[in-house]
Amino acid sequence: MEAEGLPTTQISLIRPHTEKIKPPRALWVPFELGRPLGEPNDPGFQKRVIRAALELFNRPSVPVLEDFPEDAPSQSIRGAGEGAWACPVSFSQEEGADLREALHLEVWQLSSWYRMAYVKNVRTTVGVSGLDIRVAAGLLADLALGVEVENPLPDTSWPSTLRLAAEDVKAYYMEAVTAQPGQTGTAKEITDWFWGETKAGEVLRALKEVALKSDDEEMKLLGSLLLVPRAQAHLGVR
Amino acid sequence: MSESDIGLKEEIGKSIGISGRTCYPIGAVYNEPKEIPMARLEDMPQSAEHLLSLPCPEYDATPWAEGPPLHTRRAAIISTAGLHARGDRPFSIFDADYRVIGPDISTGDLVMSHVSTNFDRTGFQQDVNIVFPIDRLRELVQEGFIGSVADYHYSFMGATDPEQMEDTARKASVLLKRDKVTAVFLVPV
Repeated sequence: MEAEGLPTTQISLIRPHTEKIKPPRALWVPFELGRPLGEPNDPGFQKRVIRAALELFNRPSVPVLEDFPEDAPSQSIRGAGEGAWACPVSFSQEEGADLREALHLEVWQLSSWYRMAYVKNVRTTVGVSGLDIRVAAGLLADLALGVEVENPLPDTSWPSTLRLAAEDVKAYYMEAVTAQPGQTGTAKEITDWFWGETKAGEVLRALKEVALKSDDEEMKLLGSLLLVPRAQAHLGVR
Repeated sequence: MSESDIGLKEEIGKSIGISGRTCYPIGAVYNEPKEIPMARLEDMPQSAEHLLSLPCPEYDATPWAEGPPLHTRRAAIISTAGLHARGDRPFSIFDADYRVIGPDISTGDLVMSHVSTNFDRTGFQQDVNIVFPIDRLRELVQEGFIGSVADYHYSFMGATDPEQMEDTARKASVLLKRDKVTAVFLVPV
């Protein structure tokens, strides 16, 4: 873009990468991946980040790489806050329910929280698959249990359909669990809860194992890289 | 947002050359990193080794473009978070294309179909500005910090070989220049 005459500045999340690539202007930030502007719902903090990045246009020569000096406020409670957040939703399970039934019950128990989150945030990030959340959850459970079903998105490969359904289920759960005012769980606490303590996390881990055994290379890729995060791969393993 | 609506088709096929801007040799002004940077990779032990092993393109020079005073600049966001309107075609594995985020799209309609699971999405779920700071840019215009915000912004999906994205990046550049952008804000995820 610079070669096309477009001045650019950027956020850098991985400093060693930026040091190698050497773009003309970059602001390294000490934030976790997925949060390049640092802190959700903190306009003052976000604007400090943006000002620092845009002010690099005023530097007399390039390349320039500067460090943003502040931690995101929620990052400062990491470690000290480990275990301090507790999921506000108490899941009850039916005796003898199989994994599919247990997942459906969880989805149903979260529904009022999800609606509360939607009202609070005035938006939802659910919807990449276009499937009803109950259909998405059921699909994941069916494939994890080896049940043969039709792909509800016939123009999309099975691995892509499953990945998109998984994204919607994860978003549904995580939006629901942060619906209550004052819920200040860190990103890690919420993500660990999903992968370690929910039937949805259990279903996706089971689906990963099924995908890894597939003869289809794209399905194997789904299982090996695109379902379970590295940081949570150890959770819920029995 | 269809490509025809923004006249992309007339731009396809045009050859795009280097602008001839002065390229500075590598190593001009790089602040020494403080203690913080390596500590942040240590915060993600399961990912640090993987992230540090990823190949990064290296270049002989750093092309750069000048622009007007900052308070007059027109800013656009380029995100690599795999963002698009709900109902738009999701990003797929190794997808090198971009999606356009135009004035007809509400931030409430933005979803994320990035293929990687190894970054936090709870921030985006709570606040779109954490990865797509459109409201913050508009506030900075009101504060007089920058001149205006572009009508169109773009999202790529970052888990793709950068070299595969060169053509689409050049196409996006044409559109950005048509939108009179003088400050491209590249936001990773």
